[in-house]
Amino acid sequence: MPPCSTTICPVLLFTQGRASLSDTFMPQGAAAVAPIIDIRNLRKRFGAQEVLKGVSFTAQTGDVVSLIGASGSGKSTLLRCMNMLEVPDSGQVLIAGEEVALKTNRHGQTVLADPPQVDRMRTRLGMVFQSFNLWPHMTVLENLIEVPIRVLRQPRGEAIALAEALLAKVGMAEKRHSYPAFLSGGQQQRVAIARALATRPSVMLFDEPTSALDPELVGEVLKVIRDLAQDGCTMVLVTHEMAFARDVSSKVMFLHQGCIEEAGTARQVFENPGSERCRQFVNAQFCRA
Amino acid sequence: MNFEWLGEYGRMMVLGVMTTLQLLLIAGTLGFALAVLVGFGRLSRQPFIAWLSLSFTNLIRGTPLLVQIYVMYYGVGSLFVSFPLLRDSWLWPYLREGFWYVALALTLSVAGYVGEVIKGGLRGVPKGELEAARALGMPRLLMIRRIWLPRAIFILLPTLAGESVMLLKSTALASTVAVMDALGVANLIRNQTFLTYEPLLVMALIYLLLAMLIERLFKRLEMRLPVRNAF
Repeated sequence: MPPCSTTICPVLLFTQGRASLSDTFMPQGAAAVAPIIDIRNLRKRFGAQEVLKGVSFTAQTGDVVSLIGASGSGKSTLLRCMNMLEVPDSGQVLIAGEEVALKTNRHGQTVLADPPQVDRMRTRLGMVFQSFNLWPHMTVLENLIEVPIRVLRQPRGEAIALAEALLAKVGMAEKRHSYPAFLSGGQQQRVAIARALATRPSVMLFDEPTSALDPELVGEVLKVIRDLAQDGCTMVLVTHEMAFARDVSSKVMFLHQGCIEEAGTARQVFENPGSERCRQFVNAQFCRA
Repeated sequence: MNFEWLGEYGRMMVLGVMTTLQLLLIAGTLGFALAVLVGFGRLSRQPFIAWLSLSFTNLIRGTPLLVQIYVMYYGVGSLFVSFPLLRDSWLWPYLREGFWYVALALTLSVAGYVGEVIKGGLRGVPKGELEAARALGMPRLLMIRRIWLPRAIFILLPTLAGESVMLLKSTALASTVAVMDALGVANLIRNQTFLTYEPLLVMALIYLLLAMLIERLFKRLEMRLPVRNAF
């Protein structure tokens, strides 16, 4: 895995006087041939329930991949396996060509073989949760600079400069000294997106980022994500917002009972799905909306 | 009511209150540090550590503090006497004093009671906040130090204020093993002046003021984190 500095261009970010997030997601150039996320034959069970039944998945730099499907189809679990918040029972996860090392412990469970490796990888995978999960004992700005300073050992001034640029990008600059409890859900989620961007990740993972929001707040968050997609940010998105997925995705995957039932471009999956289940799901979602 | 003794014994009373405050600070800080370990120990997935923490809490919470102080002072203390090596060492002046036995007993008491409180606070931190820290690349220990523990402590501030006041009042037991804390001094004054109530009333007032001061300090800490009652 190349060091972070080759995938991003912090100099550009600041010498231009205005921050452009597209710099953060510049393609890695000719050297990068491995897919940024490569998942092979992933299986995961919770108790008796097999949630993923041998799923394979790749995302290239610049891709916007949407995972859709009914509740319980395994899409969130698949996303959480990408950064090992869930450790799969079997299969491989490769991030930028580097395989996450797994081993079997004496109880027969699959566990991380090298936790520091995963910590390192996670700083390159920004994650946004359904329930925001901001740290309420820190201000907005402190939420953003915590990991860059404590984990990535960035100088404080540099971390603050990037954080303020990101807050401006998501329209939250004036709230930088507020505590999360004083923000609306939409504002909290926009801060959470900025926090995930603050480590200058190669990929953003969104786990139903608008599902916990009041309907009138969904739009502001989707707009931020749409802007990121247009800037070339690589992202994987679990969502129930079908119209949004259709508009922004370069690739859409429909999961059903732990398998990828349909995969293709947004056009293929939404307008001409091969699977009957996928067609029913998509139609039902659009009729509802 | 006769308060003429105040002038004569004033200096002694100040020393007594200082001793009480020393016990409060020593047992408060050391006990809290131990309590954090006990709290995490109670949540440990290692069966032995979880068992050890639970046994410790049960032992401490299941026996009277006065008995614990007696066991320390008369039990452990008199055991030390039988080691001539100890009696000749530089440690002996400390080991002879009731103060350190009381400080130790209070520390363990705080560790037991507050450990259980901290366990509850750690459980009360929403799991998602910890997950977010891990997902953004924080190693586990850093996550504990920067997110989990501070969050739990903020949740627990009102409870910890109460525990601190309880500790303040528990320090009065020190007087039972001849430590000249606030109550010890009050008793001494009573014996020397033959006044029954006045010294006690003055000391009660001092305890009350100290308790109010503790409450106020914690309130201040709470105000530093403006959290709406949203959760």
